[in-house]
Amino acid sequence: MEIFGLFNYWMFVILLMTGIYTVMSRTNLIKKLIGMSIFQSAVFLLYISMDKVDGGTAPILQPGAVDVIYSNPLPQVLILTAIVVGIATLSLGLALVVRIHEAYGTIEEHEIREQDRV
Amino acid sequence: MITLFGVFLLCLLLITAIAIVREQNLFAAVMLTSIFSLQMAAIFFILDAADVALTEAAVGAGVATVLLLGALALTTNHEQEVKRHKAMAVVVAAFTSLLIIFATVDMPRLGDPMAPAHQHVAPWYLAETPKQVGIPNVVTAILASFRGYDTLGELFVIFTAGVGVLFLLTNSPSSSPSRLPSADAQGLRHHLVPRVVGRLLVPFIVLFGLYVQFHGDFGPGGGFQAGALICAGLILYALIEGESAALLVVPRSLLLALISGGALLYLAVGLAGLLRGGNFLDYSVLLSDPVAGQHLGILLVELGVGLTVTGVLLTIFHAFAAREQRS
Repeated sequence: MEIFGLFNYWMFVILLMTGIYTVMSRTNLIKKLIGMSIFQSAVFLLYISMDKVDGGTAPILQPGAVDVIYSNPLPQVLILTAIVVGIATLSLGLALVVRIHEAYGTIEEHEIREQDRV
Repeated sequence: MITLFGVFLLCLLLITAIAIVREQNLFAAVMLTSIFSLQMAAIFFILDAADVALTEAAVGAGVATVLLLGALALTTNHEQEVKRHKAMAVVVAAFTSLLIIFATVDMPRLGDPMAPAHQHVAPWYLAETPKQVGIPNVVTAILASFRGYDTLGELFVIFTAGVGVLFLLTNSPSSSPSRLPSADAQGLRHHLVPRVVGRLLVPFIVLFGLYVQFHGDFGPGGGFQAGALICAGLILYALIEGESAALLVVPRSLLLALISGGALLYLAVGLAGLLRGGNFLDYSVLLSDPVAGQHLGILLVELGVGLTVTGVLLTIFHAFAAREQRS
């Protein structure tokens, strides 16, 4: 399956750009936050793709077993905590959006700017 | 075969992501993000990251969806069709992706055992974990022991985000706050099927969360996953029985105690190491036997992580839900 050797990285790039495109082109603040989570998930995919070792298994040691190949545990630790930090920061962003909606009555960026200009 | 399955899942993931971006109805987009997270968890699993898959499934597909829906209920669920800078965004995204794809040509192929990432410190962790820490799950050993500083930092980031949400959402808004429970606050009590099925599920979800918490040394699991799972179970209870019934089970004061207690427990374990003559967060000195000390330290630290994560996620949920009742 040599031709798929870089497929994960290409998918990471396309997902990353899907997220960036959403943040840049949409005015709805919740849609922007969803775009940022897609961007974030793409980064998770990059890290987890790098932990795979051919013929390996999850890095949970099996006592007595010989010649077991384990995948790299380090990227997993980084991403494990990053996922939970991601939800915490996402909810902080959502809380800001809720307060913006209470103050301006809209969550569309261009309408908020118009109100600020007056 | 597994490779082909991975390619299939990645294509599915991309289709879901494009559907999320194109969907104008935000409610549908949020439901699609839940599916996106579930597919992501499956991909993590076939890439040998069992711990990460468990976290993504519990956090992404469970808690994040509920919080996004809560935010939609407080704002609006329709996106206006204004697409500024669309052409520029396409050009920037296309140009950057071409650049990064060009850079990936030099990347090691997926699963290459000679990749630089597998050469440096990872083999050391795999070799030293049985000797120094003595638990089978290397991910937990690195998370709680070898890189305990990082995890402490992450825990305080979560703590800070929870406090930030509390500051933003629990002040009384300008409109007169009415604490009378509305029809929505009754939950799904008058719907028979979700009530019966949900009530059956809640204890098992919480029990599974506790299993994941205390079995994290031996199998996939730990404080982060357990916190998200227990929180998902309690959110389900709140959705079925209503906000006020859930607050009777876990009152706000207990939630605040959970948030700060977990973080303080983590710090206390670190300081205990200092007091016993070791380094900060060095568990080997906690007991006379270094490996037993590591076991105890990891157990307590993971408990602290679990308490804080449960507390923060539940507090955030209640902050959104209480705001809903007032407006």
